[in-house]
Order: sequence, then structure tokens, then C-alpha cells
Amino acid sequence: MAETSGPSALRRTPLHRVHGEAGARMTDFGGWHMPVEYAGIVAEHAAVRTAAGLFDVSHMGEIEVRGPQAVDLLDSLCSNRVASLRDGQAQYSGLLNDNGGFIDDLLVHRIARDHYFLCVNAANQDADFAWMRDRNRFDAEVAFASDRYAQLAVQGPRALAVASRLTELDLASMRYYWFSQGVFADCAATVARTGYTGEDGFEVYVPPSEAERVWTAILNAGADEAIQPCGLGARNTLRLEAAMSLHGHEIDTDITPYEAGLGWIVKLGKPSFTGREALARQKAEGIRRRIAGFEMRGRGIARDGYKVWGEGRAVGHVTSASPAPFLGKNIGLCMLPVEYARPGRPIEIEIRQRMVPAEIVPTPFYKRRS
Amino acid sequence: MDYPTEYRYTREHEWLRLDGDVATVGITHHAQDQLGDVVFVELPEAGAKLQAERAFGAVESVKAVSDIYSPLSGDVTEVNESLIDAPEKINEDPHGDGWLIRMTVFDRSEIEKLMTAGQYAEYVAAETEG
Repeated sequence: MAETSGPSALRRTPLHRVHGEAGARMTDFGGWHMPVEYAGIVAEHAAVRTAAGLFDVSHMGEIEVRGPQAVDLLDSLCSNRVASLRDGQAQYSGLLNDNGGFIDDLLVHRIARDHYFLCVNAANQDADFAWMRDRNRFDAEVAFASDRYAQLAVQGPRALAVASRLTELDLASMRYYWFSQGVFADCAATVARTGYTGEDGFEVYVPPSEAERVWTAILNAGADEAIQPCGLGARNTLRLEAAMSLHGHEIDTDITPYEAGLGWIVKLGKPSFTGREALARQKAEGIRRRIAGFEMRGRGIARDGYKVWGEGRAVGHVTSASPAPFLGKNIGLCMLPVEYARPGRPIEIEIRQRMVPAEIVPTPFYKRRS
Repeated sequence: MDYPTEYRYTREHEWLRLDGDVATVGITHHAQDQLGDVVFVELPEAGAKLQAERAFGAVESVKAVSDIYSPLSGDVTEVNESLIDAPEKINEDPHGDGWLIRMTVFDRSEIEKLMTAGQYAEYVAAETEG
């Protein structure tokens, strides 16, 4: 790359100016200049658990797939069964390599029988697009659409009330992992009941030119709920409490869905998809390692990359860990041999050359009351 | 932000205040601002021997952990125990109630190597722009 490092070389979302004006602390996240926090991670996290929060997630990538064989292309590349989707339904899935490892995880939305809308991770969007285009031997068109969408996430128990004030769409009747297209804040939008926080909420896709106006409209609509702008810091602690996977951490190119505890997105009943053979073999042989949740029992905070010890041996590593602001605990996810991954099992986390006791616990750490 | 002129500062964003033979050490306003809400502090015990520029503890926010480096060589004489239950003092009053440890000073010439308030303010400004 010719550009020098520093914020000027980073990509910006259409809401970059708004974040600056709001005094957000910014960071480099996967090549994007993104807000980490506004009022502070603890306050933002609490707002989403108790009321509502608003996130700019416009760095996320979008890919559209159209054509008579769009579903065949997607089912040949995704681990979950795309053909089972109905119009207006969304599905969590894996885009896997031949070894069954995650190139990316993604949301597949079926707009129509011959039209799908994918939401993929920011850092992987170029690789995802190239992977799909290069394997497209179907009567389907794969289009990179990230520059056509800004994405805003309204999350929290009051998200429905806030979002409903801005649209005629019947959001209350919309089920989890379904979506509608229509007018939202006087703007043509796709509104999905999805999220990455463990709370109820909506992810709203709008044209970049409308992003600032929609952002402000949502904040105004949520004023009574004290809706809180939230950064990627709270997004991470929220998803961690909900034990949702993050690419590059719990899932990666050398980690399979079975190892990540995501066997439910693998449909071995499909005749073929990339990674299927490796996964069928792994399922037959059984996995040797897996992602498990833990809670610190001793005084200390685990962090990504720390070593996990069991019976005096280094047996694995922490994939994501942090204080859990709402639970008031220090928690984490780790990759370790299956024999260590059972709830109740004592382990130790190495923190600055010190062994601190922890215990494997069931996940998710946090589950909302429905 | 005004940095107290009677303090000295490190490139790792610690401050030091000398009262007679005892130095008090904390992290700067800039350091706590970069970290965000401090939720955890790990400090040595009284009697621990510290070496200049070596890590002796850590301050953690929700999102990050930051090692703390000793500005000087010396022995820890006192630890701010109140931070165990109230680590947020480091955010609220980093140059005062949020102090971390007190220590003896082996070699006063080490203090001369530290930055003055004016130098530190320039150092932070340069770092922020970079």
C-alpha cells in the first residue's frame, strides 16, 4: 500500500463526522477508523442491557447474489441450508474452506427466491467476495454491495419501541431472524430483527447518503429511553456475554463449526458444500478441541491470547476475554482439548507469569429473558 | 489538561512526586483517559524492590490492560489499598487520590532523566497527533 499509516489511511463510515462531533474515542478496527466508546463501555453496555443502544456498524460488508441459481451457488458455499429460507427470512451461516475452517461467518437474507443479501465481516469482505465469485459456476450474479449500504444497529429491550416510532413496518410482529424492506425514518431501508448483543433489536441497512439523518432520527426517537450511542468496545463485551463468535477469535480459517460449538449451522444432509467432506470426517471421528466458556475464580482479568493451563500443563489459549460489566464477573472463551471443556472443570489462566484459578462454565454467560 | 509542575513524568505515562525521601507514583490523566473506565489494579506489596523502567503492576479497563513501569529504582513503602475496591479513583483523580504506590529513592539522578510537566504535555500532544 502506498499510503502511510495513521487515521488518514483508514477507511471511514458515512457516520465518521458524527462520531467526531460526539467526542467518540476512535480506533483502527480491521482497517476502519471506528468509534470504541462514547460515554464509556460500562455505561454503553448497561444501556443496551436495560434500555437501548445505537451502533454504527457500517464497516460490515454486504454482498448481493441474484439469479435463477442464486440459491444453488449459496448452498454450494454455505454450511447452513439456504434453500430452507423463505422470503424475508435471515440465517446465520458459515463460509468455509475445504478443511471446514471459517473463511467468514455471515448472515444470509432471502429477499426473493432469486435474490439474496449477505452481511459479512468488514475485514473479510474482499476475501469473501473473491471466494464466491471464483466459485460461481451457476446462473447467478455475485455483486459487491458494501458501498451501497450503511448499517445501524438498534439494540436493547426498548429497541422495538424506539424503532417502531420511525416506520410503518410492523416490527412487533417481526420474528427473530426475519426482516422487511420499507420506509424507515423517511428512507428506503432493510430492517432485520438481528443483532450481536444478546438482546432484542434491529439492524437497519440504509443508503450511505441517508446514514447521518437516520442516525439522528433514531437518537431523537429514543430520547425518552435515554438511548445511548455505543462503540465497538461495548459491542464486544455484549457479544462476549452472549458467547457469540468473533472471526479471528473463536472462529478462524483453521477452526471448524464443530470446534466452535456451531454444529447447528452445519447441514451434512446437503449433498455437497465446500468443507462438507472434512466436516463429515470430523463428525465421525469426533472433535479433539473446542471453544468453552470460563469464569475467573481468582483475582485477575483474562485477555485474548493468554495461556490456559490444566493439571500443570499449558493446554489451550484464551480466544476472547474481558470483564463482563453487566454480570460483574471476569469471563472469557478459550480453545482447549475436549476433556478440559466440561462445565465445572477447574483450569488456570496465566496472567503476567502468574496462575490464576478459573472454572469452565456453560455458555452463554448471559441470556435475556424472553 | 494541566499537568502538575512539581511532578515528573515518564514516556510510559506515569507521574512521580517527591516528598522528602519518598516518591509517590501514579498514572497520568492522559493514560487513564486512553484506558477508559478502570476496573482492576494489580500492585506489588510493600517491601517489593522495583527497578527503573521495569513493569511492576498493571491497570486494567474493560477493554485493555496497561502495564505500569517504575520511574525509579527503589523499595515500595506503601500501596494505595483503596484502589482494590475503588479503582475508578484512577479515572476521577489520577494525579491525586488515584495514586498507586509510594517508594524509596535509591538514586536521585534518575529523577533528572524524567520529563517536566511542559515536556510531558508536548510529548502527549505529539503522540496524539502521530
